[in-house]
Amino acid sequence: MPVTPSRHLLPAAAAVLSVACAAAPRQPAGPDADAASAAGARQASAREPFASTYAAPAAPPTLIRNATVLTGTGERIDGGDVLLVDGRIAAVGPSLEAPAGATVVDATGRWVTPGLIDVHSHMGVYASPGTNAADDGNEATDPVTAEVWAEHSVWPQDPGLEAALQGGITTLQVLPGSANLIGGRGVTLKNVPATTTQAMKFPGAPHGLKMACGENPKRVYGRKGQAPSTRMGNVAGYRQAFADAQDYMQDWKEYDAKLAKYEKDRAGGDEDATAPKPPKRDLQLESLAGVMRGEILVHNHCYRADEMATMLDVAKEFGFRISAFHHGVETYKLAGRLAKEGVCGALWADWWGFKMEAYDGIQENIAFTDAPEGSCAIVHSDSEEGIQRLNQEAAKAMTRGNLAGLAIAPERAVRWITANPAKSLGILDRTGTLEPGKMADVVVWNGTPFSVYALADQVFVDGVLLYDRAHPAPRPRSDFSL
Amino acid sequence: MKKLALAAAALLLAPALAGAQDLLIRGARVHTAAGAGTLENADVLVQGGRIAAVGADLAAPEGAAVIEAKGRPLTPGLFGGVTQVGLEEVNLEPSTYDAELKLTAPAWQHMWRPEFDVTPAFNARSIVLAVMRIEGVTWGTIAPLAADSVVVGQGAAVTLDGRYDAVLPGSRTLFVNWGSAAHDASGGSRAAQYMLFDQAIREVREPGTGGAAALLLPEGRKALSAYLAGGRVVFLVNRASDIRAVVRFAQERGMKPVIAGGTEAWVVARELAEAGVPVVLDPLENLPGDFDRLGARFDNAKLLHEAGVTIAFSQSDSFHLRKNRQLAGNAVAHGLPWEAALAAITSAPADIFGLGTARGRIEAGQAADLVLWSGDPLEVTTVAEQVWIAGNPVTMRSRQTELRDRYLERLGSGATD
Repeated sequence: MPVTPSRHLLPAAAAVLSVACAAAPRQPAGPDADAASAAGARQASAREPFASTYAAPAAPPTLIRNATVLTGTGERIDGGDVLLVDGRIAAVGPSLEAPAGATVVDATGRWVTPGLIDVHSHMGVYASPGTNAADDGNEATDPVTAEVWAEHSVWPQDPGLEAALQGGITTLQVLPGSANLIGGRGVTLKNVPATTTQAMKFPGAPHGLKMACGENPKRVYGRKGQAPSTRMGNVAGYRQAFADAQDYMQDWKEYDAKLAKYEKDRAGGDEDATAPKPPKRDLQLESLAGVMRGEILVHNHCYRADEMATMLDVAKEFGFRISAFHHGVETYKLAGRLAKEGVCGALWADWWGFKMEAYDGIQENIAFTDAPEGSCAIVHSDSEEGIQRLNQEAAKAMTRGNLAGLAIAPERAVRWITANPAKSLGILDRTGTLEPGKMADVVVWNGTPFSVYALADQVFVDGVLLYDRAHPAPRPRSDFSL
Repeated sequence: MKKLALAAAALLLAPALAGAQDLLIRGARVHTAAGAGTLENADVLVQGGRIAAVGADLAAPEGAAVIEAKGRPLTPGLFGGVTQVGLEEVNLEPSTYDAELKLTAPAWQHMWRPEFDVTPAFNARSIVLAVMRIEGVTWGTIAPLAADSVVVGQGAAVTLDGRYDAVLPGSRTLFVNWGSAAHDASGGSRAAQYMLFDQAIREVREPGTGGAAALLLPEGRKALSAYLAGGRVVFLVNRASDIRAVVRFAQERGMKPVIAGGTEAWVVARELAEAGVPVVLDPLENLPGDFDRLGARFDNAKLLHEAGVTIAFSQSDSFHLRKNRQLAGNAVAHGLPWEAALAAITSAPADIFGLGTARGRIEAGQAADLVLWSGDPLEVTTVAEQVWIAGNPVTMRSRQTELRDRYLERLGSGATD
């Protein structure tokens, strides 16, 4: 019907994307890793501004019994149990014993999956309701704004968050929009009700960096009569930004060497040694340096196959990895190469046609991208509506793949909305599958999630029952929803 | 292979028109979207592009094509919603976009253009049409769209079978933005919408009033006049108080209002039922997208249906017409009876746009727009296996299936490396 055009069609919010996939070193999961992780988190918080303050409240043990379990590791267990203890997955398998005091959920006839993860959301930065006052997703004042962090725009009272929770979303990455070549840092959030964004931040998750190919940046800046106004201008923009960051890293390297010499000289009794002056901090170049060090994961909005290939070469030139191409409407044309290079494709099931770079969209894109060995296909939303039904989008993509002869079972397709997005965000060691030791982020569905009639009955985040369809009273409600 | 592709492309460009072969679809689960409800193991006979009979054990006339449905579901061709399909080939490419009038002198001229009729711009050869009709979408309503207008212009229902003369008789409709949808175009206050509309009506009834500052041009007065005599006017409006007020306003002035958007329609469901006003809505809209939609909730469709309001489903994007049945399925998940959800994408929109006696149902005398499904038509894992429009089998190919087949082959040969 003639309503306001979808947000994704508006230049301000137009295509958003980001990259993820850099393999930052991770602590192993499991009880033995806890102390190390905590120490790591403390060190990180000493170093990291705006550190996560999220701590899951204590939850009683829960035994989910006799469900069809999709583990997210590619397995399906019929008549399986899932045991959640102390916020972790304690065990998955048949006939588990309920510990003392455990809540037992009879899931006969129901399905259980890991909590769903959306790698591409603008929740909180383009919140509901859309208002001029909270139009905070694109710092569209310069084509390179690697210095901005999406978390500083997130409004935690966005009612879209609770709606997403009811669709089974337990983790999401909020990204800046795609107006810019380099739009800024994305943040990975646990979908928990909170007064502050820090209290939603996924502890220890690496930042994402949103980059954008194609039409949006060149349209936004071309209209202002400035670069970039062409695709070649886009590429020059990425390269100059990273070249500047290389210089910046070199300046700090030289400073570190001088500082070491100075400290050595002082220790050796040289009272006349003068401390070197550190380079001026540059928040933009810090972000890009973080990417080149592999600490920040690139999430790259990029529709066309030829542009993705160009971006892979840009990444190679500057020695970083692209974690995922988002909105890769043409990843099916490059599926083999993406799988070989370990780059994820974060995709829609059937969006197409709204702009030239989306002209070649096909409903088999996700299935084709998934097909090669080593692939990493992801269903993403970029939409406050779509995020509520990632399971249905996966179902559509699975159906189209099966019709094309690719034989995709639900236990594989569920990875598109659980394990694979976790991988692209650098958090697969902590969530995204139902493996012992991982966070107890779990959804109990009223039946197969691969259905238009599927509803999440219960959603657990770190073992805490945050949404229960049968008892709606305690469901999270944002302040705005009151 | 190349020859085959060319042949398929030729078929795409030459959709079958009149002269449909007789057709008997045998042994289907026929969802009639009519009083008969769902018929198990039923036959549907098509002659001359129309449904000739529906029932058990129908005989195939000589020369008729016979399709064995083997219990698969058969529905009427689906309604694609109210969009700009065929009026835009690529949304962000202005040269392919014809749904908006931007005449700007004097400033308000494009805001009050009832004579702006988008139907001559409908492109029957749009590649979007084939993409949608192979998914079971056989018709839809095309509407002008402009955020900075009040009276946006006229549209109509169209068949998507690729014929040039696609407008379905009797479906002509005027589209009007209301509430915050026309906030800027009404001088920054929705209150002015009533004031200005009354001024426009005065200009229709007393030509010459308004003088040089008239809202309407002569053709506009003529066009609006027809709608003031019982014409169908779709008001795009979401807020309950605005819905209630505009229904009364329109009915008192001789218009036949339809509410589109209708996010908060559930609040005034009883009044809409009493006034006999239907609602075209998106049942996935459960978030307060703006302050006109704070009352958004998943069971809007269910509550309206229970109150006796005729509802049809639509999302707004021309490239997502095929999503309409997913909207319907989700409405079922949130409490709407299945038959009512199917009606909301078949018979109900046909009734709303004045086509109920001609299409939207599987009944004798109706246009033979039919879809044979692989399973539950509202389910996301179901696909359309064969589509017929006016009794003609649709070539089940599109530019998207061409791309699929090209790259499936390359995927198999490692050529996507």
